[in-house]
Amino acid sequence: MKKLDRNQMAARVARDIPDGSIVNLGIGLPTLVAEHLPKGREIILHSENGVLGIGPRPAPGQEDEDLMNAGKEPVTLLTGGSYFHHADSFAMIRGRHLDFCVLGAFQVAVNGDLANWHTGGADAIPAVGGAMDLAVGAKKVLVMMEHLTKKGESKIVERCTYPLTGARCVNRIYTDLAVIDVKADGLHVVETVDGLSFEELQRLTGVPLKRMLTAA
Amino acid sequence: MRQCSAIISPLVINKFFASAEAALADIPDGATVMIGGFGNAGMPAALIDALIAQGARDLTIVNNNAGNGDTGLAALLKAKRVKKILCSFPRQADSWHFDALYRAKEIELELVPQGTLAERIRAAGAGIGGFYTPTAFGTRLAEGKETRRIGDRDYVLEFPIHADYALIKADRADRWGNLTYRMTARNFAPIMASAAKCTVVQVRETVELGALDPEMVVTPGIFVKRVVKIAAPLQKAA
Repeated sequence: MKKLDRNQMAARVARDIPDGSIVNLGIGLPTLVAEHLPKGREIILHSENGVLGIGPRPAPGQEDEDLMNAGKEPVTLLTGGSYFHHADSFAMIRGRHLDFCVLGAFQVAVNGDLANWHTGGADAIPAVGGAMDLAVGAKKVLVMMEHLTKKGESKIVERCTYPLTGARCVNRIYTDLAVIDVKADGLHVVETVDGLSFEELQRLTGVPLKRMLTAA
Repeated sequence: MRQCSAIISPLVINKFFASAEAALADIPDGATVMIGGFGNAGMPAALIDALIAQGARDLTIVNNNAGNGDTGLAALLKAKRVKKILCSFPRQADSWHFDALYRAKEIELELVPQGTLAERIRAAGAGIGGFYTPTAFGTRLAEGKETRRIGDRDYVLEFPIHADYALIKADRADRWGNLTYRMTARNFAPIMASAAKCTVVQVRETVELGALDPEMVVTPGIFVKRVVKIAAPLQKAA
């Protein structure tokens, strides 16, 4: 079995983003998707802090502190891009104007519940940012995460043990082992990495998986 | 009929203040103060420094974050002048001053999802008494809040956030307080300007009335009380 690395995961997500989409990429691993969007495809990236049409990272020395993404990293603006204030930015999110958001996760449950903002630890400082708005607002919520924790436990679970970000909101999960759709009747495996059988994935995952009828 | 003589008002509208200190002099202890900015973009650093020097205590602060590094909002927190903060994302790699106060229970935190924070501020400025949002339904951030099913979705009732003062940063202003912004430094500033009784703006440049294209004005002067020019070059990342 050959696990996908972070860049391969990002490239796999990028492959599924159609031409013309408006997409919000979450902080961290999802931001990497931007670097793998196929050249020539016109995709508009949105960021919570009031920008549509984010372009590539600026060349060293060309950074501008007034032009950031939600991860507070310097970015550039594509021709055709626009700026707006925070209430408008979240109207776009909540108002179902984004085609996709890509979020990281601690856990996803069989029913599509998402946990990605808080470990629940007594001493942990909570921070939610825009994750709860994205979870309820984007037309499709894609999750990108490693399949297993460092201890080898499945991050796809029967019920989230971490505090929820959103209930029944995840549409598709991309891990370093598989692509899995969340549907009303359960989890459907779309594909697995080379050398990983459905049975082995099922053994690692621990919650019931279904074979996609028309597996690619 | 006798013609009235022309009224020449001595009260020319002029919102320009000579200094940040003068513009913030009347902030009392216990005030609720909104501070614009998302990270460093749009952070009114000179106004925050002036607020630290001014001395008001027991403040309630509204900002997206809870300070970064040792300057600006982080320095205000460190000076123990803030009793409560409303924000969406306090935890950052360099939010050590907030982290220490929070762990010592020396600051109250109201954690608000970012879109709900923005809409609560917008609602205050727009005279809205509350609104139902789908955000946070079914999560611990909605615990104890009124919910309602509208159509086929569940919503959480949220209330406006009003402020006594808003400290924001803009790019250019005229003496009526009309504002333009620069790039993503706009973020919370326009809605905070509308939600506070007294909005104080730090600008890079002041211009003559008429120099701002009316089509390009983002925050009309009706939302602005005081403007301070802070001579500083365009910001560049360190």
